[in-house]
Amino acid sequence: MAKRVSASNVTAYYGGFKAIENINLTVEPKTVTALIGPSGCGKSTFLRSINRMHEVLPGARVEGSLTIDDQDIYDRDVDVTAVRRTIGMVFQRPNPFPTMSIFENVVAGLKLNGVRKKSILEDAAEKALRAANLWGEVKDRLAKPGAGLSGGQQQRLCIARTIAVEPQVVLMDEPCSALDPISTLAIEDLMFQLKDKFTIIIVTHNMQQAARVSDRTAFFSIEKTGDPGRLIEYDNTQKIFSNPSVKKTEDYITGRFG
Amino acid sequence: MGETPHRSADAGTGGTRVTQSHEWPAGASARVAEAPVSTRSPGGTGLGGGGALPRNRKFGAERAFRGLTMAAGTTVLVIIVAIAAFLIAKAIPALRANTASFWTFEGWFPNDNPPTFGIGALAFGTVLTAALALLMAVPVAMGIALFLSHYAPRRLGNALGFLIDLLAAVPSVVFGLWGRDYLIGPVSDLSVWLNKYFSWIPIFGGDGPYGNSILLGSLVLAIMILPIVTSLTREVFLQTPTANEEAAIALGATRWEMLRTAVLPYGRPGIIAAVMLGLGRALGETIALALTLGSTYAISFNVLESGGNTIAANIANRFAEANDTGRGALIASGLVLFAITLIVNIIARAIIYRRREFTESAA
Ligand SMILES: Nc1ncnc2c1ncn2[C@@H]1O[C@H](COP(=O)(O)OP(=O)(O)OP(=O)(O)O)[C@@H](O)[C@H]1O
Ligand SMILES: [Mg+2]
Repeated sequence: MAKRVSASNVTAYYGGFKAIENINLTVEPKTVTALIGPSGCGKSTFLRSINRMHEVLPGARVEGSLTIDDQDIYDRDVDVTAVRRTIGMVFQRPNPFPTMSIFENVVAGLKLNGVRKKSILEDAAEKALRAANLWGEVKDRLAKPGAGLSGGQQQRLCIARTIAVEPQVVLMDEPCSALDPISTLAIEDLMFQLKDKFTIIIVTHNMQQAARVSDRTAFFSIEKTGDPGRLIEYDNTQKIFSNPSVKKTEDYITGRFG
Repeated sequence: MGETPHRSADAGTGGTRVTQSHEWPAGASARVAEAPVSTRSPGGTGLGGGGALPRNRKFGAERAFRGLTMAAGTTVLVIIVAIAAFLIAKAIPALRANTASFWTFEGWFPNDNPPTFGIGALAFGTVLTAALALLMAVPVAMGIALFLSHYAPRRLGNALGFLIDLLAAVPSVVFGLWGRDYLIGPVSDLSVWLNKYFSWIPIFGGDGPYGNSILLGSLVLAIMILPIVTSLTREVFLQTPTANEEAAIALGATRWEMLRTAVLPYGRPGIIAAVMLGLGRALGETIALALTLGSTYAISFNVLESGGNTIAANIANRFAEANDTGRGALIASGLVLFAITLIVNIIARAIIYRRREFTESAA
């Protein structure tokens, strides 16, 4: 239920603009990897190229190769929608479907997969909501609109929606940046539990968060505006935060720039 | 290339917009606006400076404007009441003089002595042509709108959208003449063919003549309401938050599945509103139907045979020849049309209201 993600020489463009260049990194199964770096250095871009969400924008394209367990996800014969089901994504702003109930939100992905049987959907919804630590709060109002929950609950609902389809890898782009400290802790706890089953890659601007939740940390940066983002250092989180090998990393995590 | 439309990746979800529009009561913005006016008082001690707060103004632009809007609102109300009173006053004598049942009699002879006329067939024709027109126009309009908003490249989408808006500006008499003089040919041929092979379906039965039929009328109507329904639904589809479209795509939805999970449900209230506007136009359409329908007074589901009539078309066709009772009768029919339109709108509101819990957090 968890797969290794490998990027080699990944370069991504928005039209003519090169946003990231030659990213090489491997993420081991059942780990949490944090992507950190100053704003605009291409963390989101890299994350979105891992589940092929990048190419959804007009003019955007990716070069290089990205594999999960040795399968190239950019292969011509690969079904994009299958890639996205295997590699789930949680966005920065909670984005439950506003027209759907809590229940419908959680099972939306399963329904897209053609699951119709009510009992299966109900079981899956409960399982996903429990895994997202949300079941207790919503079990009595599953038929209410998902958009009626608090921000933190909505984000956990989105996590439930993502893991309900049982992906191998879960990508999270600043999943806590719109949340209060309590909800943030709830989601961090959740990540600990989830890494038993999934490979997790998370973008965060919060150094403490990266230090708390991740096993490995990748530091991205840019030389100057307009330059493509590059991977500066990638190592065990402990190493990065206590004794980074690159000066720039140290400057960033100690708050001297970025 | 792009599976989502051409907007930035992190446009907001629906959630946040609501709170703003709901938490401000109507007067709130007005009260805010007063503050800067007061601080600009001459000799003031500067923004938020010491000294007593200036007194609230008794006569300001604010009050004058409020008075003006109130007057405008009242005038509209008075005009509406006056029109209604006039119409009802005209209609009642004609209805009194009518010796047949106004609701069920199939015929229109208000100028005879004694006058006989009934609204049944006209109301039936009005609703039938409008419903058929919607049935034909709405799926096509939504298809075009989805194509323009989510499939076509942005430039092509905008250009075609503009063309469709132009179509909406064509006067209805042009559509009517075109239907009467040109479209009638192909429609007659189609009618003959439908009658030959599908006459076992009652609506395609009968033995002619074909041409100035409900089919022709509702087809012309469908073409006429197509632009407005298309351009409104296109706007609605373009308003789906990108965040929701991306959520669907990230769950592994194909583009069509994304439209079904995110775009169509989100646009539902808007789609209903667009359809209702189209229906309103179809119900009230006068000259195009006066030119294309066969002007008979019978309740029949047959859509191929020449015939059919609507309230508005009947008014246009019969007003010139009408005497006093005739005009009263036509006005009475107009009131019925008004009632039908009102009922349709109430139903639409009810549909939108039923899922308001969901749509409010959406829009
Ligand atoms: N839709 C887009 N079109 C064009 N350029 C874009 C688009 N999205 C991002 N970029 C550019 O690509 C570069 C990398 O952006 P990206 O969003 O990946 O940065 P980030 O590291 O996630 O930043 P942040 O921490 O602020 O989220 C930036 O220079 C940005 O301006
Ligand atoms: Mg980002």
